[in-house]
Amino acid sequence: MSEAPLSDSVLDHLRRVTALPDLSGTRYELEDEIGRGGLGVVYRARDRQLDRPVALKVLDQAMAGEARLIARLEHPAIVPIHDAGLLPDGRAFYAMKLVAGARLDRYVAAAPSPAERLRVFRRVAEALAFAHARGAIHRDLKPQNVMVGEFGEVYVMDWGVEGVAGTPAFRAPEASLDAQSDIYALGALLAFLLPTPAPPALRAVAHKAMAPAPDARYRDVPALLADIERFQEGAAVEAWREPLWHAFRRFWSRNTALLWLLAAYAVVKLLLFFWGRR
Amino acid sequence: MNKILVGVICGVVLGAIDGATAWFYPETRPVIGGILMGSTFKGMLVGLFSGWYARKVQSTQRGILLGAGLGLLFAFLVAYMDAQKGAPHYLQIMMPGFVTGAIIGFCTQRVGTTPKSASAGVPGDTRSA
Repeated sequence: MSEAPLSDSVLDHLRRVTALPDLSGTRYELEDEIGRGGLGVVYRARDRQLDRPVALKVLDQAMAGEARLIARLEHPAIVPIHDAGLLPDGRAFYAMKLVAGARLDRYVAAAPSPAERLRVFRRVAEALAFAHARGAIHRDLKPQNVMVGEFGEVYVMDWGVEGVAGTPAFRAPEASLDAQSDIYALGALLAFLLPTPAPPALRAVAHKAMAPAPDARYRDVPALLADIERFQEGAAVEAWREPLWHAFRRFWSRNTALLWLLAAYAVVKLLLFFWGRR
Repeated sequence: MNKILVGVICGVVLGAIDGATAWFYPETRPVIGGILMGSTFKGMLVGLFSGWYARKVQSTQRGILLGAGLGLLFAFLVAYMDAQKGAPHYLQIMMPGFVTGAIIGFCTQRVGTTPKSASAGVPGDTRSA
């Protein structure tokens, strides 16, 4: 009896099925693969016990530390962890909130307004500042690891573990990753988010955050956020020594009402003076 | 800095400057001291009320309108008292008072801090979902 060769599609299907994690013994039912992140694969799954969808991350190695790290970070812009455990094959997994929305790179493709881009950036930076204050670092911040929800909520995902190398365009040049390398990635994220043409002050903020030498970057995330806030309030940013004409234009646009009032006062006084001398 | 303090300082300075411009009119030079004091006091009152308003309402437009209104009102009172003594100077007093009040209103909205609400930042005021 001759054996018929397996077609490519059947082989692909078999490869996919054998790669799927065995969730027997857990409360989760696998639905679909969502994406592949740092050291693991993320699936859409259903929590049978609570009857709700979840995002299930199965780690390539036994790294329960990642789940513990994120579980420590309770922040509105950090995806909350529901549960963590081990699969029968020994791999670690954790279940987290399934965010309905778009990844930041796809969200930006829809051309949101500059103010909206800065709002999203600030939310990401606030989450990072919160994590740094608790001794955690991200290690792999990039647009693919930020989700913008249906109602504008922002979530930073895929918090890194030891061994994550980072993504080249967002990775700091130094060998060891720390809070300063997160600031570099934040600068790269800002550069990615900026519209074209971008205000020179914001370009300078991104440049300073991405300085090759860690000492030349912002000392921490709140310092970077303070510069963004200064820009939004129409004040001068620390990262850029602006030309005089630019400072004047900024002063004018920030104090237009005051300058008009002072001019009105001068005109009134002059008119009254000459009228009185008639 | 407290917005009321900002209003008072701004009102005193602008009121004094406005009063000092009377020096350019030779007929008013003999009474420049009284004009300076009255104008400074008027500015201080406009600043006080504008600063108090700025603590309650954060709106540059409304701040300017209130300041201008108060400036006009107090300038009218000063002009009325002045008119009782002799020739009236309503326009000369009220128009600069109106604009000075608007500037004071602007400053109180843009400069100074508003006290946080009583419930904010109270230790132990946490809630769980």
